[in-house]
Amino acid sequence: MSAHAIDIQKAASLARLKLTPDEAALYESQLGKILDYMDVLARYDLGSVEPTAHAMPVHNVMRRDESRPSFTQDQALANAPKSSHHQFQIPKVVE
Amino acid sequence: MEFKVTPVMPQYIVTIGLEVHAQLNTRSKMFCGCAAEYGADPNTLTCPTCLGLPGALPVLNEAAIERTVLTGIMLGCTTPPVVKWDRKNYFYPDMPKNYQISQYDLPLCLGGGVPLYDLAYPKDAQRSIANPGKVVKLTRIHLEEDVAKSTHHDRFTTIDFNRAGTPLMEIVSEPDIDSAEEAFAYLNSLRQILIYGGVSDADMEKGQLRCDVNISVRPEGQKELGAKIELKNINSMSAVRRAIKAETSRQIDCLQRGEKLIQSTRRWDDDHGETTLMRTKEDAHDYRYFPDPDLLPVHTADILARVRAHVPELPHEKRARFERDYGCSTYDAGVLASDKALASYYEDAVAADAGVSAKKLANWVINDLLGVMNDNAIAITGCPVKPEQLSALVSTVESGKISGSQAKEVFNEMFQTRRSPEDIIKAKGFEQMNDAGALETMVDQIIAGAPDKVAEVRGGNEKAMNWFTGQVMKLSQGKANPKMVSELVRKRVLG
Ligand SMILES: [Zn+2]
Repeated sequence: MSAHAIDIQKAASLARLKLTPDEAALYESQLGKILDYMDVLARYDLGSVEPTAHAMPVHNVMRRDESRPSFTQDQALANAPKSSHHQFQIPKVVE
Repeated sequence: MEFKVTPVMPQYIVTIGLEVHAQLNTRSKMFCGCAAEYGADPNTLTCPTCLGLPGALPVLNEAAIERTVLTGIMLGCTTPPVVKWDRKNYFYPDMPKNYQISQYDLPLCLGGGVPLYDLAYPKDAQRSIANPGKVVKLTRIHLEEDVAKSTHHDRFTTIDFNRAGTPLMEIVSEPDIDSAEEAFAYLNSLRQILIYGGVSDADMEKGQLRCDVNISVRPEGQKELGAKIELKNINSMSAVRRAIKAETSRQIDCLQRGEKLIQSTRRWDDDHGETTLMRTKEDAHDYRYFPDPDLLPVHTADILARVRAHVPELPHEKRARFERDYGCSTYDAGVLASDKALASYYEDAVAADAGVSAKKLANWVINDLLGVMNDNAIAITGCPVKPEQLSALVSTVESGKISGSQAKEVFNEMFQTRRSPEDIIKAKGFEQMNDAGALETMVDQIIAGAPDKVAEVRGGNEKAMNWFTGQVMKLSQGKANPKMVSELVRKRVLG
C-alpha cells in the first residue's frame, strides 16, 4: 500500500475513463508505486543536476514557416462518422 | 430618543486583468505545414497533425517562435534561456487530440508591460486620463495552438478544422488595470504594437485578437482582492468597455446588497448588455498540465540575438521622432503614429518633396485626408490620393500658386478621380496669375476707368483700395495673385 492518497476515481473521471472496482484497485496501487519512487528520488541531493524537460539532449528542432498542400476536403472528412456543410457533424454542444 | 444614522456608502476599488489571445500572421500553422489562412473553404487546410490523427507528430514553426520573442522584446519582457511545451488536457470537440499544446511553467516571455498611449483611450475619455503614462504590467506571454471553429446549428454542431493548430499567442496582464477606459487603452495600445511588429494583424472583428477579462471588486480599505470573475465572449473594442462597466456595477450592487461574490466565469451578452453565469469555481477545469514528450525544449539565446536585430520603431518612438524631425505637434504626431500604415503614408509624402512643409503636410493628412477617408470608410492602404500627389498639392498651395480654398477643391477632385493635382489645377484654370507685367496692365485699366474712386483713396479713404483689388480679381477671373494685386494697387493709386 502506497503512502500517497490517490483519488483514483477523480483521476479516472478527468481522463473520461470508467473503471471497474478491480481496475480501480489495480491502477491505484500501480500509480502509488510511481509516486513512491518519487520519494526515493527525493532522498538524493539533486541540486547540481540540470532539470530536463525531455529524455533526449536535443533542442531547437524547428521547421521554416512554409506551407505545403493539405488534405482535400473529402480526405479530411473521410473518417468522420457524420458530416454536413463540409464539416464534421457532432451532437449539439453548448458551453 | 432617536438618532438618525446616515449610512456611509463604501467606495469600491475595481481591479481588472486581461488575457488576450493574438493570432500570429505566419504562413503555416504552429505544428504542421498547413496554410494558416482566414476564409478558406471549411476543412481544406488540414493534415494528420492538425486533425489529431494517431501517430502524427508536431514540428515547431520557427517564425511563430520568433514573432512571440519579438513581441516580448517590444513589451520589455524577459525570455528564459530554455522554454518548453506542455499539454493542457481537456475534452472538447474543437480539440481533437484531447489536449492543447501550450506552455506552462517555462513560457517564451515573462514580465514586461504595455504602455497606455493617450490617444489609445476612448475619444470621450482622452481629456480625463486618470493615470497618464501608465504602463500595465504583464505576467507572461506564451505560445500555443488555436482550436477548431464550431458552428452551432439547431440540432447539431459542425466543426471546421482550418483554424485548428494555427499559432496563438496568449498575453496575460497582471491585475493592474483600474477602469474600463484603461482596459480599452490597453487593448488598443497592444494592438498598435503588435501591428508595428508585424506579428499579428490584430483585428478583433476578425477574431485575430480575442480577450477575456478578469474583474474583481472590493470595498476601499480591504487589502486582499475580491473574488475573481472572468468574462468571456467579448468580441469588439467597444464591447470590452461596455462589458466591464456592466459587470462592475453588477458586482458592486451585489456587495451593497450584502451578497458574497464567488470566483466564476460569466458570458457577456452584447445584445442585452449583461453577463450571465457560465460556471463557478467548483467545476473549474483541472487541466493536468505535463511536458509534451513529442516536442523538444527550445534554447532561446540564438533566437533572441537574431530577433533583436529586427526590432521595429515603436509607436511612442515614432511619435517622438515626428515631433522632433518634422515639427509636428504632440497631438498630430500621436495621431499619425497610432496607425502604422498612416505613419508610412505620411513619411512617404514628406520624402516625396524635400521642400514641402512637413508640419503643413501633417495638417493635411489629419484634417483633410483622414476626414474624407473616414466619411468613405476607406483604409489608408486603399487611399486614392498617392502620398507624392498630396505632397505636390501642399507644395503648390504653400508657394501661393493656388489659394487655400482652391486647394481644398483640388483635393476633393483628386480623391474622387485619382488624377494628379497638376492636371486638375490646369483643367480648372486655377493656376494663379503671378506675372507682374500682366497684373500691372489690369490694375492700370481699372484705375483709368474710375477716377472718382482714385480721388476717394487719395482723399484718405484707405478702404476704397479694396474696391480696386476686387475689380482686378474679377477681371482676372479669380486667377490673379491677390497679394500681388493689392501691393500693385497701393503703388499705382497712391503712387
Ligand atoms: Zn495540418
